[in-house]
Amino acid sequence: MSESTKKKNAKLVRILVFVVLGMFGFGYALVPLYDVLCEVTGLNGKVESSAVKEVSYEVDKNREVTVEFMTALNEDTPMEFRSEAKKLKVHPGEYYTVNFYAENKTDKVMVARAIPSISPGAAAEFFKKTECFCFSEQTFKAREGRIMPVRFVVNPELPEQYKTITLAYTFFDNTETSVK
Amino acid sequence: MSAVVAEHDDHHEHDHGPAKGLLRWVITTNHKDIGTLYLLFALAMFFVGGTMAMIIRAELFEPGMQFVNPQFFNSMTTMHALVMVFGAVMPAFVGLANWMIPMMIGAPDMALPRMNNMSFWLLVAGVLLLASTLFMEGGAPAGGWTLYPPLVLQTGKALPFAIFSVHLLGISSIMGAINIIATIFNMRAPGMTLMKMPMFVWTWLITAFLLIAIMPVFAGAVTMLLTDKFFHTSFFDAAGGGDPVLYQHIFWFFGHPEVYVMILPTFGVASTIIPVFARKPLFGYSSMVYATAAIAFLSFIVWAHHMFTVGMPIAGELYFMYATMLIAIPTGVKVFNWTATMWKGAMTFETPMLFSIAFVVLFTMGGFTGLMMSVAPSDFQYHDTYFIVAHFHYTLVPASVFILMAAGYFWLPKWTGHMYDERIGQLHFWLSVVSVNILFFPQHFLGLAGMPRRIPDYAVQFADWNMISSIGGFIFGASQLLFLYIVIDTIKGGTGEKVTDEVWEDAAKHSLEWTLPSPPPYHTFTTPPTVIPTEHI
Repeated sequence: MSESTKKKNAKLVRILVFVVLGMFGFGYALVPLYDVLCEVTGLNGKVESSAVKEVSYEVDKNREVTVEFMTALNEDTPMEFRSEAKKLKVHPGEYYTVNFYAENKTDKVMVARAIPSISPGAAAEFFKKTECFCFSEQTFKAREGRIMPVRFVVNPELPEQYKTITLAYTFFDNTETSVK
Repeated sequence: MSAVVAEHDDHHEHDHGPAKGLLRWVITTNHKDIGTLYLLFALAMFFVGGTMAMIIRAELFEPGMQFVNPQFFNSMTTMHALVMVFGAVMPAFVGLANWMIPMMIGAPDMALPRMNNMSFWLLVAGVLLLASTLFMEGGAPAGGWTLYPPLVLQTGKALPFAIFSVHLLGISSIMGAINIIATIFNMRAPGMTLMKMPMFVWTWLITAFLLIAIMPVFAGAVTMLLTDKFFHTSFFDAAGGGDPVLYQHIFWFFGHPEVYVMILPTFGVASTIIPVFARKPLFGYSSMVYATAAIAFLSFIVWAHHMFTVGMPIAGELYFMYATMLIAIPTGVKVFNWTATMWKGAMTFETPMLFSIAFVVLFTMGGFTGLMMSVAPSDFQYHDTYFIVAHFHYTLVPASVFILMAAGYFWLPKWTGHMYDERIGQLHFWLSVVSVNILFFPQHFLGLAGMPRRIPDYAVQFADWNMISSIGGFIFGASQLLFLYIVIDTIKGGTGEKVTDEVWEDAAKHSLEWTLPSPPPYHTFTTPPTVIPTEHI
């Protein structure tokens, strides 16, 4: 192989290795890109992870939307978790508070996190929470049970076709993984 | 480059043969040796993966649990896929690339011979690491070859080993791809312009670019799985604010181009074989090149058609549906061109041609079921059923695998200097082509009737077609032993008939390798060829 071919090969290999490293980085770049895309569009039922300011809407008394509440525990999270109401008929624009009850069934301190999801996903951006236990990790003392309120409003701009919105919470036991 | 090889370059007159003894195969940097290693390794893995398939079909022969427990069954479906994709089909095409690309473009060897050796041995290490997971506590990965979290995170001790194995296989593929690109760009003989290269070289060039673009993304995705499991990251863990669906997006960003990594070189070999036996130039050479490039480009922007059921918004479903349908156009161009190449050709039907014709017909069927599934609303019925299993097996077995067989029959006489037994070759073909349809065609019916994939037991209504499918599977599996026999027999001398340099009538008009002796000497084209064949254009 001639010297000039060797030089050309070395240069090409450098470029291609650079492409490989770039694509490895691109794989990781997909993570924030995905989150941004989901939050902007409200896809996947992703909702704001922090409270919104309470603003007043014009209440639409003529319209009723059913909001269902679902509670679930991930794998074998040792908790009791339920909602005090299974469903609620709400008027868009009006604020409501629903209580959830969660209890630590172990004799140890537990750090748990509730992850919300809204279905149908396209309705997520019209569902606003001003108060929620899901915005941060919750610490439970041994055997502690607690009532936790969620305050929410359905934006009156919610398109007509949505008659029912389901709000689902899943509690995850983060005791071991939580950075303390 | 080592001093030994540099010295060799200065003394062309006395040809240094291969090193003596078994060590030759460990230290070799010769493209023919490494090509042989790749091909034999792929053949061995084809039988390993095939054995797993036989276990799957035996368990599914009748409803109820027969031979294996569900966990092991799921390991089998997962490992069958990983072994066939990363251990058999991809290495087989890399082996063909190693053997054929330098001889087709008039180069003395691959551009980076020592990296070539390393990429082969990394492949072996990766596959052995993967195979070792079968014997680990908790069993081999059993969550499907797509390794979706959170299910895959429940894998036992095997998870990190499977992930490191993917890393090794990825590095091996990337090194192979870089080598192929460097060889094609920098090592072509004078006069061998890009648009005179045989289609096989073209398709591999494009495939190599796909590989260096996607393998790092896959490596990233499995690394995220690893850190999620062991280092408390939450890329895909909902508890920490991650999202398992994100994995599916990253995986299929890799996974969709990956299926073209397996099919584009297939197209290349078909485009090489069909003109020789039709005794006509390839119809529409430049449109073939552009169609291949178009398919490669489209493969990057259609990935979410694997995920129509995850809950995408309607705009996303529509976009991915239409983009996927677009792929049918360049693919249709290719099928049209192969058919037009045969049109009014003076065709003969030796074994390589038979496999190639079967490929054109059966791959088209696999393509059509793909088109059915690209329709998002219909896909909700097909998703995760045996319909998809039938679809991708049609595009892989009677397409990629058949073409690999065709390539074996086509080039074995060139590689060994011996002729294979045509009668046994034809018997192998007819047994394969009939049994592969008995094996996979009924799976369409099973899928449409609602049988889910990746289950060891099923409702009795699926019993009849499963039994027929299994019978086809056993015949297909057994028929491949004929291929093994032919390969060994041909290496040992075959029919004893002395083959010419051309082997096939007028083949030298199509491609440079047929201008070399059969078998070719250890070093070829140390001085570049002067005449470039153009019959294939």
